[in-house]
Amino acid sequence: MSGGLHLSSSVEVWVGAALTLMVFSYLWRDNPFYKLAEHVFVGVSAAYVMVLGFWTTLWPNAIAKLWPGAARLTTPEAVEPTHDWALLLPVILGLLMLGRLHPRTVWLSRWPTAFAIGTSAGYNLVRYLRSDFLAQIHSGMTPSLIATTGGRLALGESLSHAILLGGTICGIVYFTYTRQHRGAWARVAGTGVLFMMVTFGTTFGYTVMARISLLVSRLHFLLGTWLGLI
Amino acid sequence: MRSRAPQLLVAAVGILLVLTAFVPRPAPGAGNAWQGFFAYIDENFSVWFNIMAVFAFGLGAASLLGVHGGRVRRRGRDWPYSLATLLAFGVTLLVGLLKLGGPPGLTGDPADSASILGRIFAAVVSPLQASMFALLAFFVASASYRAFRVRTREASALLAAALVILIGRTPFGSALTQWLPEPLAFLRLERLSLWIVQVPNLAGQRAIMIGIALGVVAMSLRLILGLERGVLGKERP
Repeated sequence: MSGGLHLSSSVEVWVGAALTLMVFSYLWRDNPFYKLAEHVFVGVSAAYVMVLGFWTTLWPNAIAKLWPGAARLTTPEAVEPTHDWALLLPVILGLLMLGRLHPRTVWLSRWPTAFAIGTSAGYNLVRYLRSDFLAQIHSGMTPSLIATTGGRLALGESLSHAILLGGTICGIVYFTYTRQHRGAWARVAGTGVLFMMVTFGTTFGYTVMARISLLVSRLHFLLGTWLGLI
Repeated sequence: MRSRAPQLLVAAVGILLVLTAFVPRPAPGAGNAWQGFFAYIDENFSVWFNIMAVFAFGLGAASLLGVHGGRVRRRGRDWPYSLATLLAFGVTLLVGLLKLGGPPGLTGDPADSASILGRIFAAVVSPLQASMFALLAFFVASASYRAFRVRTREASALLAAALVILIGRTPFGSALTQWLPEPLAFLRLERLSLWIVQVPNLAGQRAIMIGIALGVVAMSLRLILGLERGVLGKERP
């Protein structure tokens, strides 16, 4: 404890502290301060994402390659990139997307939407098969009976491996919709649900911990950085 | 025609990208024209996608201006808040696109900590984002209570796992069960929480990932083959 109040002289810290208190005021009830903070957040975040999208994606990947002279505005010392006229295509498709703004031109936005859906479907089909489906099956295919260095059965580890394999299979059974879940099949699927509930519980536990650490960091900001009490 | 042709585009782009997985990648300067074509597609379609996403941000901005601008014009309910949204949006967009502050001219990183946009991020975006998420710490407590009241086998499994993880990952949880003798050491909370993460949690996660992967593959195939048509909207009469 440093003892005593040492208020920050930074404008950023004062604005940050005021906005933090405005958000926390929601714990009392919905109020004008919270609403104001919420609306400012929406406006600033939307613009921030747009600005980053323009300067980090549109400018270097499209504008600078379509008009290489423009690249000198941001990086004067860089070698001018070569023309890539193929990039006109995504730019035109992007402009067609703005057709959604008028009822008579909505149909134009189907082209960029079609390209986006085709790209997502094409990439995801291969990516999910490789990294999720095959890789997870490969990781699960490990021997369930583990031996110690002395050649004896490591009961604990073997049991854990068997539970891991059994739990995975039960979970997959739950996702099998081509067969009605009845009798023994339903019991296996029910066990799969229990394993998935443990997964959700673990995720929930970690989420709570993450939120509490965020809360601690905000309190540290208010009491330390802003008020200088700690 | 207006919906049939885009449907063909979905199929063409999807099939081309799937085929890229089966065409060997040539060394720089080597390989035939087809290999070069597929390599170009594989490397650049994701960039094209990102370029189009920036235009989609523009669409979002137009929608935001339409909703909040309309409310301010009509002096509708809560219009002063909409005005705040518009002002915050306009000011941030202006200082960000013009790269005000920070390195001279248009050089430098737009989010540089010395630039006005960087300072807006530090003073507004970062505290608001952290506070909004921190606020949820209070609400998850009531969510846990509600989960506890639903006395089913599944809810109990969820809550038991969450409690062991929450307590077992802290020094308090570790100290709480230190008295357990060595033969029962596996029941110490820190070990139990680690076991839950590494065994039943992993089993559930693996099943979910395999299930999601199968779902994504099936949906991708349906989209490419044109069996899923609703995504492109209805044909106007």
